Amino acid sequence: MAEIRTLDETLPVQGTGRVGTAWWGMVCLIATEALLFAFFIFAFLYLGTQSAGDWPPGGPPALRLALPNTILLLASSVVLQWGLGGVESRRRGRWLGGLIATIVMGTAFVAVQALEWSNKPFGMGSNAYGSAYFSLTGLHMAHVAAGLIALTVILVWSLLGRFSPERHEHVSLAALYWHFVDVVWLTVFTTVYLVPRFT
Amino acid sequence: MATAAERVSSSEREKLEAIWETAPGLLGTLGTVDHKVIGIRYIVTAFVFLLMGGVEALVMRVQLAQPNMHVLSPEQYNQLFSMHGVTMIFLYALPVLSGFSNYLWPLMLGSRDMAFPRLNALSYWIFLFSGLFIYASFAIGAAPNDGWFNYVPYASAEYNPGPNIDFYALGIIFVGISTTVGSANFVVTLLRTRAPGMSVNRLPIIVWGTMTGSVANLLAVPAVTLACAMLWLDRNYGTQFFDVKGGGQPLLWQHLFWNFGHPWVYVLVLPAMGIVSDALPTFCRRPLVGYTPVAIATVTTMVVGFGVWVHHMFATGIPVLALSFFSAASFIIAIPSAIAVFAWIATIWTGRPVWKVPLLYFAGFIVVFVIGGVSGVMTASVSLDWQLTDTYFVAAHLHYVLLGINVFPVLGGLHYWFPKMTGRMPDERLGRIGFWIIFVGFNLAFFPMHVSGLFGMPRRIYTYPAELGVGGLNLATSIGAFLFAGGILVYLTALLRGYRNGAPAGPNPWDAPTLEWSVPSPPPAYNFAIIPQIASRHPLWEDRLEDVEDRSRLDRGFLLDRGRETLGVTPLDAEPDVILKMPGDSLLPFLLALALSILFVALLVTALWVAAVAAALLLAILIAWLHPVERPLEERLRVDG
Repeated sequence: MAEIRTLDETLPVQGTGRVGTAWWGMVCLIATEALLFAFFIFAFLYLGTQSAGDWPPGGPPALRLALPNTILLLASSVVLQWGLGGVESRRRGRWLGGLIATIVMGTAFVAVQALEWSNKPFGMGSNAYGSAYFSLTGLHMAHVAAGLIALTVILVWSLLGRFSPERHEHVSLAALYWHFVDVVWLTVFTTVYLVPRFT
Repeated sequence: MATAAERVSSSEREKLEAIWETAPGLLGTLGTVDHKVIGIRYIVTAFVFLLMGGVEALVMRVQLAQPNMHVLSPEQYNQLFSMHGVTMIFLYALPVLSGFSNYLWPLMLGSRDMAFPRLNALSYWIFLFSGLFIYASFAIGAAPNDGWFNYVPYASAEYNPGPNIDFYALGIIFVGISTTVGSANFVVTLLRTRAPGMSVNRLPIIVWGTMTGSVANLLAVPAVTLACAMLWLDRNYGTQFFDVKGGGQPLLWQHLFWNFGHPWVYVLVLPAMGIVSDALPTFCRRPLVGYTPVAIATVTTMVVGFGVWVHHMFATGIPVLALSFFSAASFIIAIPSAIAVFAWIATIWTGRPVWKVPLLYFAGFIVVFVIGGVSGVMTASVSLDWQLTDTYFVAAHLHYVLLGINVFPVLGGLHYWFPKMTGRMPDERLGRIGFWIIFVGFNLAFFPMHVSGLFGMPRRIYTYPAELGVGGLNLATSIGAFLFAGGILVYLTALLRGYRNGAPAGPNPWDAPTLEWSVPSPPPAYNFAIIPQIASRHPLWEDRLEDVEDRSRLDRGFLLDRGRETLGVTPLDAEPDVILKMPGDSLLPFLLALALSILFVALLVTALWVAAVAAALLLAILIAWLHPVERPLEERLRVDG
């Protein structure tokens, strides 16, 4: 029988970040989701360039609500990242405050977007633009909603004390996903709100 | 060289077995996460779908055997050719390769399981349930009837009001989830869970093929998911994505579909080409000629494969500049394929071929692949394509490439790895007879299709007039199809007889060079008692090959016996950097797939409140799945040797 011995050199068990596997899984999820948005933006622009009449039919959508809302969503990423520092440095108040503020800001984003939707004179079935507008922004809203649910579950787990400065993989990955949802909004915002102003 | 099994004490092996074995009973059946069990399930399920798609084809060949036959009505014919395509492309061709990769990867890479075992089980259950979902359409007589690429406007509610196309649109999204989670698992498995020393330049080619295909899936499947979601919304909720009246574009469907569809074609062939690249050298008694060019060609094919989708749309009236670009790209893609073909030929040429059944299939594959490749280069030319598109010439081409590059390697590969999976040798004599029936039947069935296509016989028409003069060719095709099907039965009988009373295989019956042959057949639940250390591409041939200086160590390395554990390594160089805790049996993947099925059925009948309940169930299961596990921090290294 072989002799079994333990060497001095050690390896971490179930590492976090790039040393673990969960981070890589999240990167795969983000990659495939990013391509989903890329194909949708392609479809949106394709419908626009092939359109016989005006695109968008009533002129470019107003920035009055969308621009502040964009800034709000991007700011929520900054707040979340700031809060994340609280987990690592064991400052519970900073972490919970940052997390709750992020959830509030994300919810406000959804509310403002819903308000903008209700102000539209057209619907999803009015024409191809209506279909594309509501589906693309709706797809993004669904991602914000998924992110908010994830952050809320994280909040509950945080209150139950499931995370520590050393073990908070879930928190980092949820934050990574939230950042993705925000960055992808920039591309959607550019496509839907800015591109029609310059074409 | 002493094998790992001999070096590790029997008590230690029993301990590992107890840690890794699947629980008995229903819990184990539904909850197993063993990649070997999942891999075999994938292969068996995909073969059942292959037989179903094959029976659909045979019924069509009866209808087409002579002009003006009326075995089938036009609508029945539409449903059959559509389901034949959907079954073969979505429910057979990729899943069977996923089965091989699931079974083989951890054994080839020197690991104890895939990176995400539960995700692996999930991808299988979703595959099974989505297949049943699509086939449920047959039960109510409303199967998809617009071909496997389902063009609008025929697929729109106006012209196709029944549930047929909704089954298609939702079914494709459903099976796409399985593909996506499976692909993510392959990508992370390749990057992280290999044996130390299994660096990227030592990977078996099937790993390169599946890796490339998996990355492509992550990038391409969203396109078809989006297209199907748009179509479903158009049909059920009045959106206008594809409806010209509302400013929509029918061509958008084609762009999105083929943005997915063409990379997908390479997803279906690259891992199968990998099977050949890995198994063929065993029977030529030498390493593969040109490992590095073949690996690079695999990746190159995929990269170029993302830039050729418009060659499916040459006849749609798009600008000449676009046609020229995509035509050129389609010519160029022949180059990496040719590199692989020359590598296989050179391997046979310079080796000492042993003509066992797998090598017959691989040699047959090369012949068929070259014929299919030539007809592919022909249709890459725009002017010729305008003449040939939507004729049987294209049907002949696609069957030569898909059966040639997918089915032949799969049949050869299954015969080759069957002893590893079951511990017994398949019947060699019957296998040989089966090959010749299949090879003759295949060519008799599909070669005349080229000619009937050149004579102008259109695809997807349920019958044809006698004046077209293709009755004889079609009869030959029909006879060939039945011969081919008979050959498949002989092939399966050879496996079955091996399973019942074949000779015991031992660990390495073919004297093969790769790592999976170093463990017993069938392998123990834990795969490797000791995680091996790899020093070359051919760990089992090192003593014979002159240019290999280092020696792999199969009997010394990480033991890892404190619960389910395997080793994590750095992505490129495969230096060990973490001990990964692996999950055990779990019902969560099965339950999640079940909840997804409820969701899709609810969407099919637009029962939105049921869909909402199913979504809530999904969320609850996901929370249980991802629940953080309390685990003390530890660092250690445990080595046997």
